[in-house]
Amino acid sequence: MNKTWWKILGSVLVIYTAIAGLLLGVPRLPILNESIRNLYFHVPMWFAMIVLFSISVFYSIKSLSSKSEIDDMKAVESVNAGIIFGLLGLVTGAIWAKYTWGQFWSFDPKQNFAAISVLLYFAYLILRNAIDEEQKRAKISAIYNIFAFPMMVVLLFVLPRLKDSLHPGNGGNPGFNSYDLDSRMRMVFYPACLGWILIGYWVYTIRFRLRSIENKQQHN
Amino acid sequence: MQLAKEVKYLIHKEVLLEWRSKYTINGVLLYVVSTIFTCYLSFVSLGDKLAWNALFWIIILFASINGVSKSFLQETKGQQLYSYILTSPAAVLISKTVYNTILMLVLTTIALGFYTLVFDSFTPPDLLLYYVAVVMGSISFSTVFTMVSAIASKAGNGGMLMAILSFPIIIPVLILLIKLAKNAVDGLPWENSYDEIGMLVLVNILTVATSLLLFPYLWRD
Repeated sequence: MNKTWWKILGSVLVIYTAIAGLLLGVPRLPILNESIRNLYFHVPMWFAMIVLFSISVFYSIKSLSSKSEIDDMKAVESVNAGIIFGLLGLVTGAIWAKYTWGQFWSFDPKQNFAAISVLLYFAYLILRNAIDEEQKRAKISAIYNIFAFPMMVVLLFVLPRLKDSLHPGNGGNPGFNSYDLDSRMRMVFYPACLGWILIGYWVYTIRFRLRSIENKQQHN
Repeated sequence: MQLAKEVKYLIHKEVLLEWRSKYTINGVLLYVVSTIFTCYLSFVSLGDKLAWNALFWIIILFASINGVSKSFLQETKGQQLYSYILTSPAAVLISKTVYNTILMLVLTTIALGFYTLVFDSFTPPDLLLYYVAVVMGSISFSTVFTMVSAIASKAGNGGMLMAILSFPIIIPVLILLIKLAKNAVDGLPWENSYDEIGMLVLVNILTVATSLLLFPYLWRD
């Protein structure tokens, strides 16, 4: 029970947000209408992605000093899990954009930069494939991962604020918090973020365990 | 002080090596000039100043990837081992970055001159601000590409990896540069560009700091 409580918590929170997010009342806003419910599903994807990528950078830094294979596997598996959430974030965002902005992809800076930051991690995975020697691969990819992380932060959090964007929180548009995230939505939104972060972390631990079993089999 | 001496010596070595063969500078120069000329022959005249600006930066981007990636990819294993024994990794990285910056400054200045000569219809009214953007571009391209080329050369898989690894990292910088250059093309007053210049300086400091922290790990084999 000690080890599984957070998995149960994550599952319960995500089931709760799926039900409550679709059934509970939301503010009536022009243009957004009922699509505002996507907030519970779109935004938590990015939170989960950022948390997973941060875990990856943490283990990359650790693997540079410890040179342990386990740290390297943790770093790559958290990137793998994080990319899933990044892609889901792009897809949920694109669907939302279709119904509110009119197009799946409307050359919005936020969308473009998010796509580029996902590309950054695809480049990381390709770099890993390019190197055969295990220790060298661990070292070089860790270095690229740490080097790329500040750039991702600039891409996702700094640059969109300088450009005009339709996305809330950018280019002079107020963020959700300031005008329409009323208390009813908060009741669902915060649990959703926590729940998806926990689920993302769970996905990462499962992937890591699978990977280490495969690794063990290869060595035997 | 030891570091400064090493850096000075290494830069001197790089410049001397380049001066003897003149391969990189002439090669990349010819690359830029022929690219600009090819663009001129295919476009004949550009539709508007936005396209003028974008085309210039695309040409510079590819030229600088070619120019800067030489710095580590070209060195043999023996040369790297030699400088590894003699100097600190920080000195190697700083000297390469400074040398690449000098190289890029020469290159982009000539490229800008030739570009405005060929496509003369949209020469920016504020040429000084545009040149500031070009200088900032030279510095940022060399800081980012030097580190990425070190990573790519250690991965032992030259050209393609270099492009894949550097594009996602350079895009934020490139966006800032194009915005800054666009201000110059539009002839806006300098006050409007301080944000972008500040951001570029910040990104460069960030890149150099992370490079300096990480390079010693990369250097050791």
